[in-house]
Amino acid sequence: MIKIIAALALAVTASSATAETIEQRIAPCLACHGEKGQSETESTPSLGAQPAPYTLIQLFMFREKLRASEPMNEIAKALTDDDLRTFSDFIAKLPKPPPPADAGDPVRMQRGDALARQHRCDACHNPDFSGKDNVPRIANQREDYLARTLSEYKDNSRQGYDGSMADVMAQVTAEQIADLAYFLARVR
Amino acid sequence: MMICSCAPRSLLLAGAFFGAFTLGAAAQQPANPPTAPAPAAAPALPPGSPLIGRPAGNEAAAKLAPVAPPPIAAAPDKVPVAKLKVPPGFNIEVYAAGMANARSLAEGNKGTVFVGSRLVGNVYAVSNKDGKRSVKTIASGLHRPNGIAFKNGTLYIAELSKVSKVDKIEDNLDSPKLTMIYDDLPKDEAHGWKFIAIGPDNKLYVPVGQPGNNVLHGDAHGQIRRMNLDGSGAEVIARGVRQTVGFDWHPETKQLYFTDNGRDWMSEDVPEDELNRITQVGEHFGAPFCLQGNIVDPEFGWGKSCSDYTAPVGLLGPHSAALGMRFYTGNMFPKAYKNAIIAARHGSWNRTKKVGGDVVLIKLNKDGTMKSMEPFITGFLENNSYIGRPVDVMQMKDGSLLVSDDYNGAVYRVTYGKPKVAAK
Repeated sequence: MIKIIAALALAVTASSATAETIEQRIAPCLACHGEKGQSETESTPSLGAQPAPYTLIQLFMFREKLRASEPMNEIAKALTDDDLRTFSDFIAKLPKPPPPADAGDPVRMQRGDALARQHRCDACHNPDFSGKDNVPRIANQREDYLARTLSEYKDNSRQGYDGSMADVMAQVTAEQIADLAYFLARVR
Repeated sequence: MMICSCAPRSLLLAGAFFGAFTLGAAAQQPANPPTAPAPAAAPALPPGSPLIGRPAGNEAAAKLAPVAPPPIAAAPDKVPVAKLKVPPGFNIEVYAAGMANARSLAEGNKGTVFVGSRLVGNVYAVSNKDGKRSVKTIASGLHRPNGIAFKNGTLYIAELSKVSKVDKIEDNLDSPKLTMIYDDLPKDEAHGWKFIAIGPDNKLYVPVGQPGNNVLHGDAHGQIRRMNLDGSGAEVIARGVRQTVGFDWHPETKQLYFTDNGRDWMSEDVPEDELNRITQVGEHFGAPFCLQGNIVDPEFGWGKSCSDYTAPVGLLGPHSAALGMRFYTGNMFPKAYKNAIIAARHGSWNRTKKVGGDVVLIKLNKDGTMKSMEPFITGFLENNSYIGRPVDVMQMKDGSLLVSDDYNGAVYRVTYGKPKVAAK
C-alpha cells in the first residue's frame, strides 16, 4: 500500500517540471475517485463538479497535514500552490455524479429531506445541494462517505477548514446522520 | 463568486469567497432596547418541530453561507490597500503581506510583530530592521493558533485547546520552542479558536466560546477565564459569553471590555453583536438565554428574564462579527481618539445585506457605556462582497495602528499626519 501511495504521489507531482498535461497528472487520482466524477471506491468521495474553491482548500489541508488522510497527505505533499489551483479547477469541470437508479425508501427520503432543511444544509450547500465556493457539493455523494464525514465532524475528528460543520453537527444525532446520508446520496 | 475558475485573477482572489465561519451573528440596530421582540423564528410551530428556527419559504435565507478566507495569501502587490478609506489626515499602507489567514496581533519588546492564524496552523513574525520588514513563519502545523500575546520577552500562543509559551522569543525566531502551560480546555471546533491577552493584573485571559450557534452547554464553555502566566490558578471571571475574539482593558478604570458575537439565524437585524464590560468577577452576560441585553432567546429564553443578566454597554451591529478591539492610548492620532476603542468588524455572512467589514471608532460616555460608533477604515466591502476582512487591531509603540486582514493574509499600518515610511 505504501508503495502504491508513493507511486501515486510521484505521478501526481512529478509533472510540473515535465510537460505532462493535467489529464495525465490527474489520472492516478481518478483511478480511485472515478474517471467520470463518480467514485466506485468504498469510502472515497466522488469529485465531479465539486466547487474549485472547496477542492483547493482540501488539497491545501492535505498538503499541510491539517486534514489527516494517509494516502492524500502523501499525494498532496509536493503540490505547489499553482498545482492546487490547476487540480481544483479541473475537478470542478468533471461531470457531477448522477443520482442512483434506486429512488430510495420514500419514508426515509422524506425524513432526510426534513432534516436537511431543519439543519439548514440547503442554506450553504444550495437548495439542490450542489455546493458553492468553499462549500462542497453533497448531492449524490457516496452514502458511506457522507455518513462517515458527518460523524467525524460531529465528534471533531475531522476538524474542517473552519468550525462551520462542527457547529451544525452539534445538534444532529447518529440516527439523523444515517438519514441525512441516505437522503443526500439519492436526492434528485 | 469564484475563485479558481477565473484563471488569471485567481491569485488575487484565490479563495476569496471561501466562507469562513461563524463568527458573526447577531442582529441589527435595535437602538430601542427594551422592547425588541424576537421577530422571525418565534414559535407558531409545535415544540420540537424540525422547522423551528428555519426561515420559512425564504429564498434569501437559503443563499447565506459563511465566507471562508483563502488558504493562500494574496501576493503583496494584490493586497487591495488602495481601496481602503481612512479619515482625512490618516494614511494606510501595507505593513506586511504573504501571511495566509493573518489574525491576532502582538508586538514584542524589540519591535517584532507576531501574527496568529485560525485556519492554516501558522504563527508569523514580522521583523523590522532599519525600516525593512521581513516575514517569517515561526511555527506551523498548530491547531488554530488564533491567540497571540506578548509579555516580558515571552510569546503566548493559544491553540484550540491549549496555551503554550516561548521564552525569549525575539532571540529565537528561527527555532522557537513551545512549552505548554495550560490545556484544561474543551476540544470543540465550534467557537474553539481563541483570542488571548494579558491584563494589567499580569494575568493571562483565555476565553472559551459556546460550542455551537445557539446551544445549552456545561460549565466549561461560554466564559472568560484568567490565570497566572504559568497557567496556574485559572478561574472563570465571566459567563454567558457566546464567542469573544477581542478584548482590552480601559486605560483608566482598568475594566475589561470585550466584544461578543451574537447568534445566527434568528433574524436579519437582531441580535446585534455586543460590547461588554466586566465590573465584577462572575458576571453572566446572557447567552444563550438573553441576547443583546433585551431579547429573550426564542429557544432558550423561556422562563428567563434579561434583568438577570449583565447587559452590554453597546451594540455593534447585527451579524457584524465584531472581533479585535483595543483602547487607543497613543499620541500620534488626534485627541478625540485618546482612550476611545478601535474595533475590527470582520463582517457578516448571516445577513442578506452585509454589515461590517470595517474598522470602527467607539467613543464612551463618562460612565463607561458606549456613546457612539463611527467608521474608521472602510472599503473592505464592495458590492456586498468582501475584498478584505479586518480581524485584529493593535497600537504600536509609536502610536500607529496595525490592522490584520485574514482574507488577504496581510497587515496594514495606519498613521496620522504626513505620510512617512514605517520607521524604526
